[in-house]
Amino acid sequence: MSSQGTSQIPEIVKKHEADLLAEWSKELALLRGQGSGRIKEAELREQCSSFLRAFQEAIQSGKLSGITGESWATTREMLSEVSRSRSLQGFSPSETAIFVFSLKGPLLALMRRELGKDPELLVNETTIVNDLLDKLGLYTTEVYQKSREEVISRQQQEMMELSTPVVKMWEGVLALPLIGTLDSARTQVVMESLLQAIVQTGAEVAIIDITGVPTVDTLVAQHLIKTVTAARLMGTDCIISGIRPQIAQTIVHLGVDLSGVTTKASLADALALALKRSGFIITKAQTAK
Amino acid sequence: MERIPILRMGKFLLVTIQVDMHDRLAMTLQDDLTTRINETGARGVLIDISALDIVDSFIGRMIANISGMARVLDAETVVVGMQPAVAITLVELGLSLPGVRTALNVEKGMRLLQLSVDAGSLETGDARNED
Repeated sequence: MSSQGTSQIPEIVKKHEADLLAEWSKELALLRGQGSGRIKEAELREQCSSFLRAFQEAIQSGKLSGITGESWATTREMLSEVSRSRSLQGFSPSETAIFVFSLKGPLLALMRRELGKDPELLVNETTIVNDLLDKLGLYTTEVYQKSREEVISRQQQEMMELSTPVVKMWEGVLALPLIGTLDSARTQVVMESLLQAIVQTGAEVAIIDITGVPTVDTLVAQHLIKTVTAARLMGTDCIISGIRPQIAQTIVHLGVDLSGVTTKASLADALALALKRSGFIITKAQTAK
Repeated sequence: MERIPILRMGKFLLVTIQVDMHDRLAMTLQDDLTTRINETGARGVLIDISALDIVDSFIGRMIANISGMARVLDAETVVVGMQPAVAITLVELGLSLPGVRTALNVEKGMRLLQLSVDAGSLETGDARNED
């Protein structure tokens, strides 16, 4: 912008900071009335005033062409904090971005009042303000998106750890109930935790129960076979149990070769086989008649 | 030249790999072991690889080969004590060692060998009774 050096925006904003804050708050309160009250009015006011202060300080530096410079650091930090807290509070992206965009109305109105007598200057300055606020708004959305993604990846991580327990069912018998889809990353975790448990418990039989696995395709089957093979290399026999009728059909249709693996329909059958292999005999206690 | 010791325990041979396996060493082991099986008429070979934390495809194939050779010489091979990381690596390399018997530790491996040899001698014993 050619008028960067002589821009009057900093001065105007500085002079009318209090008015601007009041009008902006009013605007936000109006918008807030439509949405649910997930944020306290005092908190919102505090956010507004600290943002406006940071914004005001940033534009005093005269860098009005972008928001990437050192002078905008405080503003960016402040905005990140706002949008992060909003993403956690369950605001939608537009509800978050409106925080910045709603400043446009009051600020442009103020500029019209101040620079109304010089239309050309007004247009120039309006463009600058528009540009700046758009960038800030986009930045807010970006941070919002990023923090949502962080939440998702953390949940994925937690799910991965939660969903691979290795259970000791009997002396020398381990069970691994799998819940959810098996991808490569999860197979890795499953395999590692199973092998670790084998070393710790000295188990001779491991039962992999796939009742909770929704679909078995060639890739999942391959992952299963890998896990079984790795366990076998450690000297532990594996039994795959919990194969539902549809899955049995899919496996055969896909031509997956599970001939090297013992499979059982239910976990109970698998446990019975495992106990038999370990030399245990289950009998019913005799009841006196 | 360093060698991997081959210990004799009754009817079995015990090989404990305590050093990093490099390719020459593996070849020497293969040579020595087949010679010893021949000399002693051992019925079983127990290979303990619990101290081995790195394997490559060559060592993996070597283990499979040794067990194949031992079988030809009528000795059962049991590989014991494989580390989880090694097992995962072998699987990822596509080496599932078919035909190689495995056990978690030396104790279990010995029991396995004893069982299979007992089963074998039972058969010959039966055959003698019928004579």
